[in-house]
Amino acid sequence: MTYLHNIGTYFIMIKDIFRRPTKWSVMKPLILKDIDDLIIGSLGIVAFISFFVGGVVAIQTSLNMTSPLMPKSLVGFATRQSIILEFAPTFISIIMAGKVGSFITSSIGTMRVTEQIDALEVMGINAINYLVFPKFIALTLYPFVISIAMFLGILGGLMACVYGGYGTMEDYIEGVQLDFIPFHFFYAFIKTFVFAFLLATIPSYYGYFMKGGALEVGKASTTSFVWTSVMIILVNFLLTSLLLG
Amino acid sequence: MIEVKDLKKSFGDTQILKGITTAFEKGKTNLVIGQSGSGKTVFLKCLLGLFEYESGSISYEGKNFTKLSRDEKTNLRSEMGMVFQGSALFDSMTIAENVMFPLRMFTKQSKSEMEDRVDEVLKRVNLDDAHNKMPSEASGGMQKRVAIARAIVNRPKYLFCDEPNSGLDPKTAIVIDNLIQEITEEFNITTVINTHDMNSVMEIGEKIVFLKNGLLEWEGSSETIFRTDNEAVTSFVYSSELFRKVRKMYLEESE
Repeated sequence: MTYLHNIGTYFIMIKDIFRRPTKWSVMKPLILKDIDDLIIGSLGIVAFISFFVGGVVAIQTSLNMTSPLMPKSLVGFATRQSIILEFAPTFISIIMAGKVGSFITSSIGTMRVTEQIDALEVMGINAINYLVFPKFIALTLYPFVISIAMFLGILGGLMACVYGGYGTMEDYIEGVQLDFIPFHFFYAFIKTFVFAFLLATIPSYYGYFMKGGALEVGKASTTSFVWTSVMIILVNFLLTSLLLG
Repeated sequence: MIEVKDLKKSFGDTQILKGITTAFEKGKTNLVIGQSGSGKTVFLKCLLGLFEYESGSISYEGKNFTKLSRDEKTNLRSEMGMVFQGSALFDSMTIAENVMFPLRMFTKQSKSEMEDRVDEVLKRVNLDDAHNKMPSEASGGMQKRVAIARAIVNRPKYLFCDEPNSGLDPKTAIVIDNLIQEITEEFNITTVINTHDMNSVMEIGEKIVFLKNGLLEWEGSSETIFRTDNEAVTSFVYSSELFRKVRKMYLEESE
């Protein structure tokens, strides 16, 4: 029953995100601040992880290609497919559930604990719109982060391959261009948009509806990370079955 | 004027408010007192519309709160100011931005008009040099004064304060009490204060409502509270030796 209640409350919250909108002059700086906190602030870690994981994927693929019949260009092909289809949209989203999700839950949760959300409600402000809508809009730029992750992942693979002595640049680039299916990009960005929605709303739900004090803010952040990750994995499976299955 | 009739509120099986009927007059400082767990905060949050109640009614100038449409409730809430126990200042904003916030949300004033109003209100609460400080850089007393400034900046008709003196030293507490009373008279607003502080009861209690176990046990003023023989009130208000002596002196003087 608790799960059903939570799911119901979550969907009511989503409806409330778009109800009684806050004045644009107030909302605009909030959106810009959230773009800075959630998108720009995540670029460094996303770039670092993508570049090195791309390199690791290239090295692993190369080391596992023991047959001399396999063309060397397969390293670039396998790296591209892994990065575009799964690593960039899904793996990065799980990392973002930890980084961005915890930030959202703890910032909204702290506002709940310190009665700042009550203060907004007493003033007659739709606190859900005021707090969650800017995050929702900021995360519509999330595909930009994933595009960078894709580019740097493939670049990392190239660097590892060439400078690690696993293949030539020409082979790798040939592999990256091999059998390119544009729909795979479309599939990856559909997933990215859905994950962005989950990243904005699930952590906000756990922050907004938390009860208790400072200790519960930490617990809510952990729970939010767990459930955001679970939902990303489940939705990933569902979308992959629907779009590629 | 705020009228409360037979207000009942429960959480699960526990009934917190068991039928409270009272009224708070305009231009007066109304105090709600009672022991911890007597239902004061729940009562205040029902008045503010933060909690929904099972039965009874709360009317603002004759308008029943529960029967108002969503827009009417929003309009009414924009006429309320609230000072929270922990001040509830927005910690990402400076003191001036905190005070300006209700103006930005609910008025169409130009920036310079809003800044003038913020200056005026911060001056009123003796904080004219604190505009650019962050709430975390302000003392407890300053934070309370900022909260009062934010609550009155939009010229509310109703001011609610939840334990405005908690965590403050006695001298600062008196400053805050006097400030609230002056503002109430100056702007002719209806003020309701939840408090444990007996100094506030003696100093500014124009009307006092005493709650016990979710029921209204007694109501009167800072003068009649000296003469009451209600045991629940006397055991709560005169629990300290100091207040027993004050009461004795008051009664001797009045005889």
